[in-house]
Amino acid sequence: MDLFLVNLIDGLVYGLLLFMLSAGLTLIFSMMGVLNFAHASFYMLGAYFAYQISTYLGFWTGLLIAPLIVGVAGAGIERYGLRRVHQFGHVPELIFTFGLALLIEEVVQFFWGKSQKAYDTPEILQFALFSIGNNSIAAYKVFMIFVSIAIFLALLYVLTRTRVGMIIQAALSYPKTVEALGHNVPMVFMGVFGVGTALAGVAGVIAGPVLGTFPGMAFVLGSIVFVTIVIGGLGSLWGALLASLLIGWMTTFAAASSFQFADILLFLGMERPADMAASKLRDLWTLTMPQIGPILPYMLMVFILVVRPHGLMGKRGL
Amino acid sequence: MNDTFQNTAAKRPLVSLRDAAPWLVATGFLLVMPFIFTANSTITIMNQMAITIIFALAYNMLLGQGGMLSFGHAVYMGVGGFMCMHILNMVEDYSLPLPLPLLPIFGGLFGMGLATIVGAFSTRKAGTVFAMISLGVGELIAACSIIIVAFFGGEEGIPGDRTYGLPFFGNEFLHPIDVYYLIVFWLILSALLMYLFSRTPVGRMANAVRDNPERAEFLGYSARKVRFISFTASGFFAGVAGGLFAINYEILTEENLSLILSGQILLITFLGGVGFFFGPIIGAIVFTLLQTVLSLETELWQLYVGALFVATVMYFPGGLAGVLMMHYPSVKLGKVKSLVVPYLKTLVPAIIGLLGTAGFIEIMFHGRHAAVGDEQMTLFWISLNSHSALPIVVTLVLAVGGIWVARRFAPEMAEAWHRSITPNAPPPPAQPPSTRDAA
Repeated sequence: MDLFLVNLIDGLVYGLLLFMLSAGLTLIFSMMGVLNFAHASFYMLGAYFAYQISTYLGFWTGLLIAPLIVGVAGAGIERYGLRRVHQFGHVPELIFTFGLALLIEEVVQFFWGKSQKAYDTPEILQFALFSIGNNSIAAYKVFMIFVSIAIFLALLYVLTRTRVGMIIQAALSYPKTVEALGHNVPMVFMGVFGVGTALAGVAGVIAGPVLGTFPGMAFVLGSIVFVTIVIGGLGSLWGALLASLLIGWMTTFAAASSFQFADILLFLGMERPADMAASKLRDLWTLTMPQIGPILPYMLMVFILVVRPHGLMGKRGL
Repeated sequence: MNDTFQNTAAKRPLVSLRDAAPWLVATGFLLVMPFIFTANSTITIMNQMAITIIFALAYNMLLGQGGMLSFGHAVYMGVGGFMCMHILNMVEDYSLPLPLPLLPIFGGLFGMGLATIVGAFSTRKAGTVFAMISLGVGELIAACSIIIVAFFGGEEGIPGDRTYGLPFFGNEFLHPIDVYYLIVFWLILSALLMYLFSRTPVGRMANAVRDNPERAEFLGYSARKVRFISFTASGFFAGVAGGLFAINYEILTEENLSLILSGQILLITFLGGVGFFFGPIIGAIVFTLLQTVLSLETELWQLYVGALFVATVMYFPGGLAGVLMMHYPSVKLGKVKSLVVPYLKTLVPAIIGLLGTAGFIEIMFHGRHAAVGDEQMTLFWISLNSHSALPIVVTLVLAVGGIWVARRFAPEMAEAWHRSITPNAPPPPAQPPSTRDAA
């Protein structure tokens, strides 16, 4: 039971982190119809900028400034890159963001090298807040949970209760009409792209100390973020939250489970082969749940796309 | 997105000399190459190039001709390659009567088999759905390569030995040169088949479905079926490339299935140009050269290739082939000569500017990442101190100056190009503005 609670919290932390990335991505997608392949690269930039700032001014300044820089960079890329490619169609846009992801990884390696950076949690939060059984829960994890929830609530408030949010929502469905009413829709797009990438930046700032700040961090999380928003349903904030938590818990529980496929084989009445190397089914005998944990989200995505192409909570198909 | 060779004439022989000429020239060229470049290392590079060309052409059957963007195409090449490796080892163990040159067929068949399974559900829609399913399936199979050790060999991969098979007319394929001719045979055969596929009604329908699936459906064609056929055919040729990879390198590892390879083939195909049949060929040649030559010169080659890729997507969505074919009308009108001077005026400063930028980046990189005390570096055959100001200033001046001059002459170059593709253009002042907007 203790372990279950610990996994529940760990899964929540991971899921909410995924949510911060997928929230921005899903907003950007529903606006422009393009999946931003480089979204996780902005997350990486957030971590590296915050690391660089924290070496001079400390963690908290980094938490404030780094997302701003990332957001401005994102808006700039939308204005001078993506908008240009937009005229060629959706596939070139997707290819452009893919190239951007490659380029950002190379640029990060150029400035900061290939090794992991010593970006650490702030000293104030380096203590165990409480413990469940013998497992202590770090204060930083609770901090991450609160930051993510605060961002979700703020986003929800802005999108549904303010005038800006109304315009954004209207521009999602009827960009031409909104433009005709006198709103600067390209400007709205640029703003949403900037805010979305800034959110990814925030995720990077707070995840960098926990998951490690290294050039491969975007690649590790990148495709999982897509999977999240596809499962959740594109354009749906609630769907993104649901899918993020689902994937967070799924991967955490799979990684912690002690389930082995040998148990199933034994249950089916098969006998454990004496010489494992000679057995045709040796891979099934040695397969464990933590091994297949990382591919569970992909299996779920393919399944969802085949069965219900508009995702769990999405209103329209891809 | 026109293709190179258009069959405009109404009545013509089935194969005219004009149609066959590029193929004959290419064949002759490929056969002569090993006599010009005799070194083993060069032949290794050419082998790699030829395999990449087949793979890129197969990929372009999806991206260019069918409008389907795949992020997991390495899987079909990899699975074909792994199957070939197992068959090769079976030939060795049970002495089956299978000559080595026939092996890639099996790679193709297994690549096609996998594509049939995946295509059954992924080709329902093109665009983002297809891209996402291809990404998911790619990740799944790449992850399986570590789990299913019996088939994929885990982290060590599956090795084999091509020389233990049945000798083919006394040839045991001991040397890279023997393998080269085997690969060239398959390259020409697959390229020809893929070209002919694009000429068949189903190949033409693939183009129609790419451009307007709704309209194709109204004409009575099933867009899904057309996509499915393109997809399986592409899987077949990717598998052939995998079989050749198995023969050439004699080992397949999990890297052959990775997303990195899938991304690379997208980059190659797009760089070469998706709009023309020969685009991916150019892309594969240029990329392999960049990969082998540039990576010897600098650690940062991937940065340059990435920048080149992004620049291509932004400014030349037709790729290198598109840029070449932009000049086809000028050649036809006999106005290429008028382009030489404006092009030199723009491109020479541009190249100087880019080299200056690259030099500046290299000096910065060396200054940041070299071992402490190591201040000497070699840049363009010049030895210099990366911590002194002079080289930095020189490269910066070259970069800024070169690009500034190039930007000044760029409108002139564009003007010259527009004039060269307009038949009997009037002198510039009298030119109506509408002709300039035509392209």
